[in-house]
Amino acid sequence: MIDFALIAEKMPSFLGGTDGAPVMSTTDGLLMTLELLAMSLVLGLALSVPLALGRVSKNKWIARPVWLFTYVFRGTPMLVQLFIIYYGLSQFDWVRQSWAWDYLQSAYVCAILAFTLNTSAYTTEIIAGQIRNTHWGEIEAAKAVGMGRWLMMRRIVIPSALRRALPAYSNEVIMMLQGTSIAGLVTLADLTGVARRVYADTYQPFEPFLVAGAFYLALTVLFVWLFKRAEKRWLAFLGPRKA
Amino acid sequence: MFLQGYLPSILDGAMLTLKLAGASLVVSVILGLVGAAFKLAHSKPLQWLAELYSTLIRGVPDLVWMFILFFGGQMLINDIATKMGWPAPDIDPMIAGVLTIGVIFGAYMTETFRGAIMAVPKGQMEAGVAYGMSPLRVFFRITVPQMVRFALPSFSNNWLVLVKSTALVSVIGLNDMMYKADTAKSVTQQPFTVYVVVGAIYLAITTVSILVLNALEKRYSTGVRESEL
Repeated sequence: MIDFALIAEKMPSFLGGTDGAPVMSTTDGLLMTLELLAMSLVLGLALSVPLALGRVSKNKWIARPVWLFTYVFRGTPMLVQLFIIYYGLSQFDWVRQSWAWDYLQSAYVCAILAFTLNTSAYTTEIIAGQIRNTHWGEIEAAKAVGMGRWLMMRRIVIPSALRRALPAYSNEVIMMLQGTSIAGLVTLADLTGVARRVYADTYQPFEPFLVAGAFYLALTVLFVWLFKRAEKRWLAFLGPRKA
Repeated sequence: MFLQGYLPSILDGAMLTLKLAGASLVVSVILGLVGAAFKLAHSKPLQWLAELYSTLIRGVPDLVWMFILFFGGQMLINDIATKMGWPAPDIDPMIAGVLTIGVIFGAYMTETFRGAIMAVPKGQMEAGVAYGMSPLRVFFRITVPQMVRFALPSFSNNWLVLVKSTALVSVIGLNDMMYKADTAKSVTQQPFTVYVVVGAIYLAITTVSILVLNALEKRYSTGVRESEL
């Protein structure tokens, strides 16, 4: 019933590195999905640490705008965000005449931009929550040894908040992995995009989408396992006491 | 005129989005309750079945499931119809969309309800059995009303994710907000305005949902003592 010859024939495009690579990227298929995921996670995490500090700031002129950013990006579908960036920005002449237009024309750049903003909104809330959860004793101790605000944040609060954010962050990573599947809707050939192309060529729905689904499932299992290991390593101090 | 009069069309799409989300929620709650009951059943095959369902669905993106269930389901139904010698049936995209999203979120609801049922003290169910209630009656009269409180936070989260997932259904041919926005964008040449309006409607839906669900959480926690700091 399932056409294995078709799967074997199309496997190289699923794995990536064949054709269909968009401007500014070098690949497609599985590698494309991983590339989008890695880029947006790294950039998103880098953005969300300072944003989380802003989110917990006592200055409401800093805290409120950060809250608004996370509220809007968490309250709307990522597809809408992607479309606003990819289709929407062309409405403005000043954007089209700026140096950035070369980049903003590319679906690849727009996808990374949208994914980065989206994941940084969720990650900001995760990290901010853990910063607020920091045990008062740690902060008191840091103050008692004479640390200033920034030194305390850098050496005490942020490292421990990031560790404690690990379980929630692993969920976010898996949500993002699955979220990247919408890249195909703006012409990119990620795993789902490749599957759609194969479907358009052959009209066989099961083979291409089940293969794509199997790849996602395998990646999800892999990430869950990696995060379990990471938690064992970095959250050992929160575990039950060993005799 | 704002968006050359395309706003009503987008609002029409919003109504479809809401109906779709509401109907999918009903399907997902039913599947979630069945899934949770299977997971907590004493029969191993039932447990495995429910485990398979929730793992497979949650490990694969919604969009991919939509393609598999919609395109694949369509082909299967047509194949069966051909073999039986029936005319090929027309599949209503709305029903297909509701079933697709319902099946996907049923898997998330399974986890929600499983955790919530486990949080209800076992003695409550045992007391029901001791009164001579049938297992089904114990489930609906004793377990369900008490588990609502434990299920609500994760249920709220699932609902918010479900609403946002409906943005994908235009790929399977539903005339939802995203579909209408696509038309409006081509005609008006104002893609930014169009998608910002769509985003604002989604934000309004999520905001109202959060307010309602918070009120519900309060309602179902009456009588539960909160620890005050």
